[in-house]
Amino acid sequence: MELKTKVIAEDGKQELTIEREFDLPVALVYQAHTEPELIEQWMGNKVLQFEKRNHGSYLFETKSPEGVVLFRANGVLLNLVENQSFVRTFEMENTGFAIQLEFFSFESISKEKSKLKMHIIYQSVVQRDQILKMPFAQGINMAHNRLETIAKQSME
Amino acid sequence: MDLRRDVFQAIADPTRRAILLLLATQSMTAGAIASQFDSKRPTISKHLLILTECELLHREPIGREMYYHLNPNKMKEIANFIAPFQKLWDDRFNNLESVMKDYKRKA
Repeated sequence: MELKTKVIAEDGKQELTIEREFDLPVALVYQAHTEPELIEQWMGNKVLQFEKRNHGSYLFETKSPEGVVLFRANGVLLNLVENQSFVRTFEMENTGFAIQLEFFSFESISKEKSKLKMHIIYQSVVQRDQILKMPFAQGINMAHNRLETIAKQSME
Repeated sequence: MDLRRDVFQAIADPTRRAILLLLATQSMTAGAIASQFDSKRPTISKHLLILTECELLHREPIGREMYYHLNPNKMKEIANFIAPFQKLWDDRFNNLESVMKDYKRKA
C-alpha cells in the first residue's frame, strides 16, 4: 500500500520535510497537535505538560509496563497562529541527539481536506542522518504496542 | 548461533527495548546497564545474552570490563522492516486521522 506521508530528506542537508494530506478540516488537524488529550490519543505518549501559548512548554513521556522511561521529549511552543502554524523546539531526552527546530504549517485544501507540512531543522547533517538511520530509537514506543501484539500472537 | 533467536524476538520484550535505547548512544558494562533497572541482575544478564545471540549487541573487553555495544547493522534490519521513518509518520498520522474523525462524530 502506498504511504500517504511524504518524507523529503535531500542529501547533505540538515533538514527534513514531512508532508501529509488529511481527510479532515484544517481546524481538526491543528487541534490534534495542540490539545493534550488528543495528542495522547494519536501519539501514544503521556502528555505531562502542555501550555498552548507562545513560549509555553510541553513534556511527553512513554513508559514501559515496568515503569522504565522509554521516551521523553520536551520543548517550547512559539508563534502559534490558530489553524495555521506554530513552531516548536523538540528535545528527545537522554538520547544524545541535539534539540531540533520544527516548523508546523497547516493549510486548508477544501472544507474537508487539509495539508500538514513539518519542516524540521537539525543541528547538523550528521544528526539528521543519524535520526533517519535510527527510526527505531524514535519509533520504538510507537511501534511497540503493535509489535507486542504480533510477538504474542506468534508465541501462541 | 541459536537459530531460534531473531531480532524481532529480541525486541518483543520491553526491557530489551529499553536496553537497546540505553546503548543507542553509548557503550556500557552489564553492571551499569543493570543499575538502570529494578529487575535482578541475572534477569538483565539473560536479556543481554539474548540480545547478543541475536547479534544486536557486541561484547568487547576493555581493560578488565566487558562492554556492550549496539550493532548498527543488525539494527538496520529492524529499521528496514518495522519502522522506516516514513512508515512511522504514516502510521502516526493515520492514527491522528481516525482519532479526529471519532472526535468530530462525538462533537
